[in-house]
Amino acid sequence: MSILGTRVIRTEDPRLLTAGGVYVDDLREPELAGAVRATFVRATVAHALITGIDKSEALTQPGVVAVLTAADMTDLPAAEPPGGEVPGPDEPPAEGPVPLGGKWAEPLLAVDRVRFVGEPVAIVLTDSTYQGEDAAELVSVDYEVLPAVTTIAGAFAGESLLFPDTGTNVCVRGGRDISDDSIFDGCDVVVEGDIVNQRVACLPMEGRATAAAFSGGKLTVWASTQNAQLARLIFTAIGLPPDAIRVVAPDVGGGFGAKIGVDREQIVVAWAAKHTGRPVRWVETRNENLMAMTQGRAQLHHIKIGGDRDGKIKAYRLDVMQDAGAFPRMSGFLPMLTNLMAPGVYDIPAVQADYKVVVTNTAPIAAYRGAGRPEAAATIERAVDWFAAAAGLDPAEVRKANFIQPDQFPFVTKAGAPYDTGEYEAALEKVLGAADYTSLRDEQRRRREAGDTRQMGLGLASYVEITAADGGAGETAKVEVHDDGTATVYTGSSAHGQGHHTAFAMILQSETGIPMDKIEVIHGDTDLVPDGVGTYASRSLQLGGSAVHKAAIEVKEEAARNAAALFEAAEADVVLDADTGTWHIAGDPDKSLTWAQVAEHADGGLIVANVRFTADRPTFPFGTHLSVVEVDTETGKVTLLRHITADDAGPVLNPVLMEGQRHGGIAQGAAQALCEEVLYDVDGNPLTSTLADYAAITAAELPSFELLTSETPTPVNPLGVKGIGEAGTIGSTPAVHNAVIDAVSYLGVRHIDMPLTPERVWTAISEAQKASAK
Amino acid sequence: MKVELTVNGKEISADVEDRLLLVHFLRDVADLTATNIGCETTSCGACTVLLDGESVKSCTVLAAQADGSSVTTLEGLAADGQMHAVQEAFHQEHGLQCGFCTPGMVMAIVSLLKENPSPTEAEVRTGLEGNICRCTGYHNIVRAALAAAEAGK
Repeated sequence: MSILGTRVIRTEDPRLLTAGGVYVDDLREPELAGAVRATFVRATVAHALITGIDKSEALTQPGVVAVLTAADMTDLPAAEPPGGEVPGPDEPPAEGPVPLGGKWAEPLLAVDRVRFVGEPVAIVLTDSTYQGEDAAELVSVDYEVLPAVTTIAGAFAGESLLFPDTGTNVCVRGGRDISDDSIFDGCDVVVEGDIVNQRVACLPMEGRATAAAFSGGKLTVWASTQNAQLARLIFTAIGLPPDAIRVVAPDVGGGFGAKIGVDREQIVVAWAAKHTGRPVRWVETRNENLMAMTQGRAQLHHIKIGGDRDGKIKAYRLDVMQDAGAFPRMSGFLPMLTNLMAPGVYDIPAVQADYKVVVTNTAPIAAYRGAGRPEAAATIERAVDWFAAAAGLDPAEVRKANFIQPDQFPFVTKAGAPYDTGEYEAALEKVLGAADYTSLRDEQRRRREAGDTRQMGLGLASYVEITAADGGAGETAKVEVHDDGTATVYTGSSAHGQGHHTAFAMILQSETGIPMDKIEVIHGDTDLVPDGVGTYASRSLQLGGSAVHKAAIEVKEEAARNAAALFEAAEADVVLDADTGTWHIAGDPDKSLTWAQVAEHADGGLIVANVRFTADRPTFPFGTHLSVVEVDTETGKVTLLRHITADDAGPVLNPVLMEGQRHGGIAQGAAQALCEEVLYDVDGNPLTSTLADYAAITAAELPSFELLTSETPTPVNPLGVKGIGEAGTIGSTPAVHNAVIDAVSYLGVRHIDMPLTPERVWTAISEAQKASAK
Repeated sequence: MKVELTVNGKEISADVEDRLLLVHFLRDVADLTATNIGCETTSCGACTVLLDGESVKSCTVLAAQADGSSVTTLEGLAADGQMHAVQEAFHQEHGLQCGFCTPGMVMAIVSLLKENPSPTEAEVRTGLEGNICRCTGYHNIVRAALAAAEAGK
């Protein structure tokens, strides 16, 4: 019987539980002996010209090895000339995804201008960490302060420009015409409004960290990254070819999208090691992390939705404004995904979507668990509830009236997304049944009639999302079977908590019968795995796992040839018993060969398959979340009572891992709905740059989650699997959000923007009561 | 100044800066790197260790304050090659993903169960309010704590 689908606890755990992981700060590699500590001097103002940097006093401090600024970076390769079309002040900016170079380029260290508080200006190298903090404070940077742009509206106003040479703060726009209002003709019910998808911190528990050593013309970098191979390409910015760079991802303490590749500080650390000849280690503080690691979401949506009184939605418009932060990184790509996923799970005959991206004097925005899709789901699911409320219908009934039906797949939405498979209504029904929706509505009615101060709210979110959107890039795998019967998997995918080692060993065991405890999985070292793509976009199992599957089939083919030769039999007569991992001649179970014997017969005692698996299109996992909340109408405090989900990401390889991904995703999504928000004051000073200020969600604010699973396979890959890493976040935010609004809607509250803090909920209730009293 | 601590049963003395934090003493002087630093505001609990049997956040204790005390870190929990009940429960219940918060979580739960050997789910959740995990949604951490409590009965 195959091990796939069974509950296998992780092979990664014992080491992490007894000795702790080995993260960048824990490395005791000989190459890092005597490594100096890097401390960054960071901008203390949001927008300013740098008029002088005085490092003389810092240089006199104990333990200081060097203080380096952009002016010291004379040994870098020449910057690429400004490329692309830079529009004139009256022309629309260029269309397309970032990264934008040229006049929008992000320097490694600030050159003559800083654009957000926390932007790195200088790097201080010292013998110890404490010395670095002392010395960095003594680097004096003179600023000529400029007006800060801290909001999307401020960016559009354009009174202060971050990149004056461009003549605008609008760095990317979708360029589609969404002005044709005739799509709403004939709609009996039309609702329009703004929805904020607030900026949140990615907050991996290990922040950014890098150690680098340069010796004999070769640079070795240990980086906390989601993809060592991409990081290696980025490190070529310091003027070394890829083959002179080795990148190692040791244990990585969470990523959530913010560790795709590496950031400018990490490139500077690598450069400093090459420049000074000393090994350098940098581990950011939480304060730095909350100021300067890329953040997520930060979109403002204007929407319009219309349809019939019986609940059929006929038209939907989504206008996305994306805050890119100070430098346009992935933030041109994110709203493109938001547009693509705009209509969600619904068959809406007319959909218009557009986006514009602006720069502001805040931390740069990039991927955060879901990356562009949670924003789409959050808004369509709020819009459907708005529409249901306006039509006087139950939100569950409106969803059922509009779902794309199973017999419509493959289905291309009016936003252009090619959905593979889906059973949207089944997922909804499953959740409604498990939660006993009717009884919950009865309880809600009872509390309303009783005038209870603790009101109940039910929130639904039916979602579909796109995973492995870049399936064409695929993923690599190499499988080796050794003549001692052990096997090694080399994967380009990159674990940082997901359980790749357990999952990939399960796939190989399932195919070959080589037991998991004889399988080693290796990732995240460009010397051992030079070619790989990495972990993001919920791609690891469907691409990386499918690559392991493909490699396993190839090693079996070679093994069959060897076994046939050893048996002196025809290859077609040789069979593998995948339960025992032994080779036989069909019909003669008595004679058998082990993998060790078969590998011994191969060239060099090794059977190897080196593959890349690519998918010709993305996959679209789906599900429904139902949140049950209690709102104290006297204080505005929200308590999340229950969160029930039905998720479908195809066949489940290991329920333990799949559930773990969902739990984490649900919590992060609920956190956005309830409590988390990155804030700046009007001058661009961060107000949430410590964990004492940023309201990261804790165990005390969450219930245990109730998970239901269905398994609709995709035809896109041989395992039939879709991604599950981000689905939890995508479904939970709108479910929790809708639940809170549902709890207080009878008081006249139509919408409250996230996060639904007690203050906001209380204020909304008070204002609704004032309005109804008039 | 000179400090002398017993860490995981082993005596360690060193001449340290007055301002040296206990977490840096453990990591850099005692070379025990399981204890992680997740913030510097006593908010996240990644650095939780036992100081004379009580859980403390070692990023907010000076090594000097711990002079003469006994400290237990994650590395000191397993005995005779056998994982502690809390470690075993984390393994069985998938209570960890990236592993970074895990040493602090495990130590916090060891301390919690010492004070309250049979907690309810709500008591576990309240008890872990000072420990942040970004991967697990706390679901399986709470289950692990309850399973360890059950195993301890």
